[in-house]
Amino acid sequence: MPQDTLTGGFTEAPQQSARAFRSLMNALARPGTIEEITGGTGPAPLSAAAATTLLTLCDGEMPIHLAGGHDTDAIRQWIAFHIGAPICARNQAMFAVGTWQALTPITDFPIGTPEYPDRSTTLIVEMDTLSNTGATLTGPGILTTAQLSLPETAAFQQNRLLFPMGVDCYFTAGTRIAALPRSTKVEAH
Amino acid sequence: MSDPAYNFAYLDEQTKRMIRRAILKGIAIPGYQVPFASREMPMPYGWGTGGVQVSAACLVPEDTMKVIDQGADDTTNAVSIRKFFENTAGVATTEKTREATVIQTRHRIPEEPLTEDQILVYQVPIPEPLRFLEPRETETRKMHALEEYGLMHVKLYEDIAQHGNIATAYAYPVQVEGRYVMDPSPIPKFDNPKLEMAAIQLFGAGREQRIYAIPPYSKVVSLDFEDYPFEASKADHPCDLCGAEHTYLDEVIIDDAGGRMFVCSDTDYCGERQADGHRGRLSPKLEAAQ
Repeated sequence: MPQDTLTGGFTEAPQQSARAFRSLMNALARPGTIEEITGGTGPAPLSAAAATTLLTLCDGEMPIHLAGGHDTDAIRQWIAFHIGAPICARNQAMFAVGTWQALTPITDFPIGTPEYPDRSTTLIVEMDTLSNTGATLTGPGILTTAQLSLPETAAFQQNRLLFPMGVDCYFTAGTRIAALPRSTKVEAH
Repeated sequence: MSDPAYNFAYLDEQTKRMIRRAILKGIAIPGYQVPFASREMPMPYGWGTGGVQVSAACLVPEDTMKVIDQGADDTTNAVSIRKFFENTAGVATTEKTREATVIQTRHRIPEEPLTEDQILVYQVPIPEPLRFLEPRETETRKMHALEEYGLMHVKLYEDIAQHGNIATAYAYPVQVEGRYVMDPSPIPKFDNPKLEMAAIQLFGAGREQRIYAIPPYSKVVSLDFEDYPFEASKADHPCDLCGAEHTYLDEVIIDDAGGRMFVCSDTDYCGERQADGHRGRLSPKLEAAQ
């Protein structure tokens, strides 16, 4: 077992996960806002932001899908040790981690049901950089408009049409995180 | 300092993760009631177990917490919940709306406008606005799924037919972002226009095991009719202690002869106005002597 399987978890779980959750909540409640999130580190290519998000929100009850280059033995073992979540196929995932290229097409992921739209996947999209440029966002949590460097716009416009069903997305780069809930309307810049 | 016998903010980490996931789903689907596995809390149902669980999942050690019960900081419910978090989370507490980062409320929205840096947590007794019209959860779920809210308009119409106006004075139903009809918890309808605010609003119903949310700046419309528009009503008096004419008032009986006074329900706001020199009809006339 490589050494980095055993490291990278929270050292002060209650306080660190509380602060990480506030970043996650602020990001999701104000789409386009870029927050700092720290506390956990996982094996590459998992970013610190994605690792902290998984540590904060996932446990044995939350099946995780690892997409593309994120499906490595090192990451599987790290999740098994620190989180205990089962690794699953796309259509059973409650959380999914990967680059945008590996996660698309996002239509494979559960979007919830009309009665229970909350039974849907949360995508954690690993990005090289995040910035407040590019696509224009409007909707709940945004006073007028916001901008975020999304990997594309068409998939998110399709996802918005499913509302109240659909997937929610987090975008991670290093220790930075932003979010795009299903309620946000996206327009290409 | 918090009691080391408890985990930070009382709940165990697995429970907090489950609540946090529900809060995030609630924010992603404004107004939708997310089921969650509500825990037994060291207080009876009806005393804010839902709000306490949501607050516990949100608190960070750096927070300053305020708790109000019907606008007041000094009532039993508010005092005991504040003490609960002082003991289990070690967070600072305050009675000042402006200084608080997390505000847990029972049935009021503070008069002072909230900012982007604040979180408002509501205690909710019955989260389902359609429950008294349709007792079956399977049916109300379906009605929300189909956006079938005609029954709620019939109820408001019957109010008008019987009373001449919409008699619902609290827990007045709202529609969030043009989709889900939501119970704003039993706040007076005077507070409904304030539901569109800069702060994150979270609603927790412990006994009914539901969490829902309104993200900042969301469109929140009180249901009404073109010819009977929604009206945010209040008692037609100024506050007898601070003279405010724009605040929600409590009516207090002060003698056996039917004498009464009206005072701001938001005690912090009223106290601050009095400190600024505002006076009402029954204010003590201390300064006059000097």
